[in-house]
Amino acid sequence: MAKEPKPQEIISQINYKPPQKAWMDIPVEIKEGMFCYGAKEKSLQTLDFPNARAWSVLDEDWKLPEKWDKIVLEGMAERLKKYRSFKIFMDICVRCGACADKCHFFLGSGDPKNMPVLRAELLRSIYRKNFTAAGKILGKLGGGRKLTIDVLKEWWYYFYQCSECRRCSVFCPYGIDTAEITMIARELLNLLGLNIEWIAGPAANCYMKGNHLGLEPHTIKNSIDFLVDEIEEKTGVRVSPTFNRKGAEILFVTPSGDLFADPGTYTCMGYLMLFHELGLDYTWSTYASEGGNFGFFTSMELAKRLNTKLYSEAKRLGVKWILGGECGHMWRVINQYMDTFNGPADFLEVPTSPITGTEFTNAKSTKMTHISEFTADLIKHKKLNLDPKRNDHLKVTFHDSCNVARGMGMFEEPRYVIKSVCNNFYEMPENTIREKTFCCGSGSGLNASENMELRLRGGLPRANAVKHVQEQYGVNMLACICAIDRAALPPLMNYWVPGVDVTGVTELVANALVMKGEKERTTNLRGEDLSWIEDEESKSTDETQIRV
Amino acid sequence: MTLNDILAKNRESIINRWFDLIVDSYPQNTADFIKSEKNRFANPVGWTIKKGIEDIFEGIIQNKSDAQFFPILDDIIKIRAVQEFTPSEAISFIFLLKQAMCEKIAIENTELFAIESKIDTLASISLDIFMECREKIKQLKTNEGKK
Repeated sequence: MAKEPKPQEIISQINYKPPQKAWMDIPVEIKEGMFCYGAKEKSLQTLDFPNARAWSVLDEDWKLPEKWDKIVLEGMAERLKKYRSFKIFMDICVRCGACADKCHFFLGSGDPKNMPVLRAELLRSIYRKNFTAAGKILGKLGGGRKLTIDVLKEWWYYFYQCSECRRCSVFCPYGIDTAEITMIARELLNLLGLNIEWIAGPAANCYMKGNHLGLEPHTIKNSIDFLVDEIEEKTGVRVSPTFNRKGAEILFVTPSGDLFADPGTYTCMGYLMLFHELGLDYTWSTYASEGGNFGFFTSMELAKRLNTKLYSEAKRLGVKWILGGECGHMWRVINQYMDTFNGPADFLEVPTSPITGTEFTNAKSTKMTHISEFTADLIKHKKLNLDPKRNDHLKVTFHDSCNVARGMGMFEEPRYVIKSVCNNFYEMPENTIREKTFCCGSGSGLNASENMELRLRGGLPRANAVKHVQEQYGVNMLACICAIDRAALPPLMNYWVPGVDVTGVTELVANALVMKGEKERTTNLRGEDLSWIEDEESKSTDETQIRV
Repeated sequence: MTLNDILAKNRESIINRWFDLIVDSYPQNTADFIKSEKNRFANPVGWTIKKGIEDIFEGIIQNKSDAQFFPILDDIIKIRAVQEFTPSEAISFIFLLKQAMCEKIAIENTELFAIESKIDTLASISLDIFMECREKIKQLKTNEGKK
């Protein structure tokens, strides 16, 4: 009879060390939960993108066009010539590793190919092999490699595991914008029809109908009418928004997600209430009804096309300026790219608050102002009657949306607004907020359901910081100013930090806003009971009487 | 000296070895990072594992009830449930404590039995938590689909 081994003998035979291989020798393995479904034929056709066909990511054959490698290399050559930044980003990285551990996807997954430096290297290796003397001669020794179908699949897998959040760029001593490397990689993939449907579908809808879901004008109006009824029920005030009204002073644009999906709807109700209270001369558009721009996650050309719609509509309606709602990447597009795409928007006027007279000179060229800037200015000038006590049941922390923080540099305004409408505000740790904010894990069009594992991994560093303030201060509400955050953070909190809910900042404003002619608020916009306010008030009156 | 005394005396060396054994299941570059970065927010995976195994070890010494281990195990397994581990890989970190102990201290067989039973129980609880996490991920996917 064989000798029975002792447990420690068995354990000692198990090798927990993964095999050591160079990254180029580890072939890509496409795993469920980590990718979004491939772009549909119909979506690509609508956008007039090449190689529209039915295909599946898990199939061996991706139905690529003939000479696909030539198309990619020519596309790369064209972009190296066209974008000096791209050429520099390909050349100057010294692989110091400063960015390596700054990516939320790397921190959450532990996959080295999620290190920004290595993700960029996937593309850089092809650049070296085909566009540099050293790479051409030395090949692998010079850091170059041949463009094969496996490399292409690896690109697709990992460049759709980057949310273009730019956190890594903050730490790069050379200032390499890694998000722009991902953008170019995605442009190249799109030359072969290799987009994801979660981006291509909304972009196609936006191109045809003006918003991500393809809502028709009457549906948009119905959705907002429904919110108007809700507001009346909660506040007793009937607000009356207008649609496509020519000659209005301001065009208001916000992500369409806020029109129908909670908790965005409460933020949307907040806009309606705020503008009504101010008597703002503004209009909604049912044609340019999307603040988001999923073209930005596809190619610069498509981003420009979708951005053009917004400004064309402003021109058609004859408004003076554009007010933008709580959105993330909309603001990076406006702040960093719009002026090159379609600016300066000379037919509009520099945004000026009709209530306070403040001129938003930071938007001198784009003519588009952020709702948080607009609201902070109102509060600073004491133009709003606010009762922060109504938010006393909340212990709030603020998630800086990547695009607004790093793509626009806006840190203070939303904090100022929150602190003015909430009595309990707590910051997350310094290395997780402001310019170092962690992504929600679902940005740049990655907020689908099929890639939930990827999203949860990517969201771990953010959730980890929320968990800290939950444990430390009892935080129960995570505020944000981005529609993708409002969609992506609830499941993230549900998984990692149960007990923390998600809100837009304007929802907090609206709940604190004392409106002219309002009835006694017995609930907040979510329909949650507010009777505890009365109890606390009577308690404090009793205490005062006792003291007297 | 009781087994608990021996464990308490060798706490640091056992925990450090246990931590290294767990982290070495990640690719080399990743493992180096997880071991070296000490900031909780810059290294959520490393910090959660380190804090978790310290608490588990303490719990074993203090003979805490199974229920008291639940939140600690939950924090670690939530991470492993989204990191492409199979169920057995996901909970294997518990068994690595045996290896760390065997390497660091000499234990009599009779004493080993008691502590191994505890470790096996924790592994069983871990498996339950892992399956709950996977179930929750599926639920989140379904909820997203409904939107």
